[in-house]
Amino acid sequence: MATAAKTLGILPRPTAATGFWSWVATVDHKRIGILYGVTAFFFFLVGGIEAWLMRLQLARPGLELVTAKTFNALFTMHATTMIFLGVMPLLAAFMNYLLPLLIGARDVAFPRLNAFSYWIYLFGGIFINVGWLMGTAAGHVPDSGWFGYANLTSVEFSGGLGPDFWTLGLLLLGIGTLVSGFNFIVTILNMRAPGMSLMKMPIFVWTILVTSAIIIFAFPSVTVALIMLMFDRAFAANFFEVAAGGSVVFYQHLFWTFGHPEVYILILPAMGIVSEVLPVHARKMLFGYSVMVFSTALIGFMGFTVWSHHMFTVGMGPVVNSIFSLTTMAIAVPTGVKIFNWLSTMWGGQIRFTTAMLFAIGFIACFTIGGLSGFMHASAPSDAQQHDTYFVVAHIHYVLIGGSIFAIFSGIYHWFPKVFGRLLDERLGQWNFWLVFAGFHTFAFPFHFLGLLGMPRRIYTYAPGLGWEFWNLLSTIGVFVLAAGILVFIANVVVTMRKPMDAPADPWDGRTLEWTLPSPPPVYNFAVVPRVHLRDAFWFHKHPEGKEQALEYGEPHPGPIHLPGQSLMPVLLALGPTVAATGVLFVRMRESFAVPVIVAGFVIALLALWGWAFEGEGGTLIEPGEGS
Amino acid sequence: MRTRLGGAVRAALLPLVGALLAGCSTLPQTPLDPKGPVAQTQTGLLLYTLYVAVGIGVGVTAALLYVVFRFRARPGQVGVPLQIRGNHTLEIIWTIIPILILISVAFPTVEAAISTSAPPSGALTVRATGYRWWFAFEYPELGIVTANELRIPAGRPVRLEITSNDVIHSFWVPKLAGKTDMIPGRINVTWMQADEPDVYLGQCAEFCGDSHANMRFRVVAMSQADFDAWVTHRQAMKQGPGQLAEAAAAGKALFESPAPGGNCLSCHTVDGTPAQGKVGPNLTDVGQRSTIAAGILENDYESLKAWVKNPTDFKPGTTMPSHARLSEKDLDAIVQYLQSLK
Repeated sequence: MATAAKTLGILPRPTAATGFWSWVATVDHKRIGILYGVTAFFFFLVGGIEAWLMRLQLARPGLELVTAKTFNALFTMHATTMIFLGVMPLLAAFMNYLLPLLIGARDVAFPRLNAFSYWIYLFGGIFINVGWLMGTAAGHVPDSGWFGYANLTSVEFSGGLGPDFWTLGLLLLGIGTLVSGFNFIVTILNMRAPGMSLMKMPIFVWTILVTSAIIIFAFPSVTVALIMLMFDRAFAANFFEVAAGGSVVFYQHLFWTFGHPEVYILILPAMGIVSEVLPVHARKMLFGYSVMVFSTALIGFMGFTVWSHHMFTVGMGPVVNSIFSLTTMAIAVPTGVKIFNWLSTMWGGQIRFTTAMLFAIGFIACFTIGGLSGFMHASAPSDAQQHDTYFVVAHIHYVLIGGSIFAIFSGIYHWFPKVFGRLLDERLGQWNFWLVFAGFHTFAFPFHFLGLLGMPRRIYTYAPGLGWEFWNLLSTIGVFVLAAGILVFIANVVVTMRKPMDAPADPWDGRTLEWTLPSPPPVYNFAVVPRVHLRDAFWFHKHPEGKEQALEYGEPHPGPIHLPGQSLMPVLLALGPTVAATGVLFVRMRESFAVPVIVAGFVIALLALWGWAFEGEGGTLIEPGEGS
Repeated sequence: MRTRLGGAVRAALLPLVGALLAGCSTLPQTPLDPKGPVAQTQTGLLLYTLYVAVGIGVGVTAALLYVVFRFRARPGQVGVPLQIRGNHTLEIIWTIIPILILISVAFPTVEAAISTSAPPSGALTVRATGYRWWFAFEYPELGIVTANELRIPAGRPVRLEITSNDVIHSFWVPKLAGKTDMIPGRINVTWMQADEPDVYLGQCAEFCGDSHANMRFRVVAMSQADFDAWVTHRQAMKQGPGQLAEAAAAGKALFESPAPGGNCLSCHTVDGTPAQGKVGPNLTDVGQRSTIAAGILENDYESLKAWVKNPTDFKPGTTMPSHARLSEKDLDAIVQYLQSLK
């Protein structure tokens, strides 16, 4: 390690390269990616346990394993956890780790901001779960649904602290997501390797770009809704108070203007991952790249035109319902195009049934089913029968497990050797895939039947004799198989991490720039950033077509590479809003020390901002090849 | 190969779906068995989109399986496959075909959205109000208020004016009509019709808190003559209960006594008596309802007694307090009184 650059700031910047504090103070996108991945996987397991408890309760009619209130808390926290603390951050882990490597950059545009978004995600995730420690009986765990509809979330109808943990926690998480979105957009637009025009970027980078754009346009809407809700609860405002002239439908418009695009925040990066995995393991170029790019952008845009299809039963009238039916159906076109392009990508290829590829193929199969039931919901009159039944539960699980989770597993098997220098065990991988695949269908496919047989969602119990017993029991059995698959995955990671780091730089005959680097990559990523002449440049560098040069390496970097310095300011800045949110919670509890706590939160945040601005340039100079 | 495989799977699957749908007709709460024009329109669309979706799903799955097995890597393969960048003709084809399919759904969708929204003329008006966790039904033209059991004439459209007294609920009778949300501060107008006399199950479909699962109701469709007779009988009940047996009369007294007695009158109404509370369901005709506690318990002596004694055993979060402090004799008297209200 080379010498640290001179420090101008008041607080010295930490320099330790290993140990606990090096992880707390890290600004390296690769380490932050790993932090995101590990934390998100933990929350993913928490969400899974919540799902398992619900399925146990619903295995037979009239069971009393959990109380009604606990069940309501479970499904609220299951959805909140999976969406905001599990799947989104798991995708963020891929984005953080891979984005700079895919575009040939040394880091993201704002490394400290990147660390900040992780820390506020962690604090928000803990905050939103604190209610569990206080018990469900008094309503201190969020139990008003992940959509938090007003006026069920009013103090009158939800007197516990549940909605407060939920509102404030989501506000914290939203800050981190929003700054991540900006960070990625700036990184993609400014820091691509020379020669990598927008239409030469890997397709995953395109999906990150569109997803980030969705984030910065969608999150403000829910932020407004949550702040209004917080004001209604903590300060007795009247935004959603019907008796005082507020509107409960207004909340739904604000929420779903975010809530529908959110689905694409969860699915577009997953599509990007699959679009990277399929070409590598089929040894074919992605079919119709430009169409894939435009369909991604189109889906991102159209995601904002369909929010009211979540509100077909609100009574908006036949004209509004028809308009939103048509805009919703239209999304089937770019989505369908993607599916056919993936099939064509494999057409004529040499498909290797690696675990990564199996999950990618499973993704296409499951996502198709989820997309088709989505097309069925689009027809408003038909949706009047499907809305809020298990048919919708089937749809969302096929889209988000069959879609996002399958893609995430595919990506994990694909990029694990790059990140940890070890190839995951393929034999365990096959077990992992088949158990998850079989378990998932056994668990989620019966939901289609339950919905068509009239089972509403979000019910903690049901009467016998409605024809639901068999399908519910089957679904519960499926959860056990699915869980076994996840356990095999954990075992696989544990076993693999005990092996020596011997993964080759390019185990799959990859196509994108990260495979040009050693596994794991050095801390500065690229000693020499190559000039890119083609899409899939690394592939055509290895397998040239004609005489055209695909990758061109210039002269080695003259002198040492500057790396951004570690910093404790991001974690401190994340602490500020968390303390302030705790203060608002105390306002709701009518504690006398509430205001001082809020003020303390702002003081911490201001101090951190001051330190952030003045802690000096810091950073490290490192000689290429000096080790990672 | 592709079409042969797809066709075979489709031939095997469509009867399966058909069998499932046929098997459903005996189930009490499935939208697949519509018994009125509104539900028929909605289910017709549902089935049309279902068949299209199953068809596409089977076709794509067959294509996926074909591609995956046909182009698997084989030992001894050398070189790399041809790198195909795309094919505009193919991409245009599979953009246009979905658009055509969607247009075929779009027209009936718009037509159905309009036809199911406005009630036809000559409809009977019912005001349905959601409460946590039960339903109030009012017939403004007939001057009748009841709860959790909606009686309607078969073969006549019912104009529903739907609202809520507290949080958002959703009114759903799968065999008669899809959902319409019950929203505080707002009246949604919709309609439904039962073609045949029968009992149809309904359930709240919008999450509304603790006992959302326990918020059910029934729609009893009767012949016009039976309905008219019921209306006449029910309107006469507004004079209050007539001659009561001894135990029932004691129950009435207890019902109308303030705390620490029954104190039922502060929440419940029985027409023609001092009980005029508006918090809980109107109990004027509770004795003739088939269920109690918003459709979750049969209306028999034991259930009713257990319910009055401790409602939270059956409906967590309910505002109705426990009456376990009452003696067995008092409980029996109240149950006898309630059962006589018919």
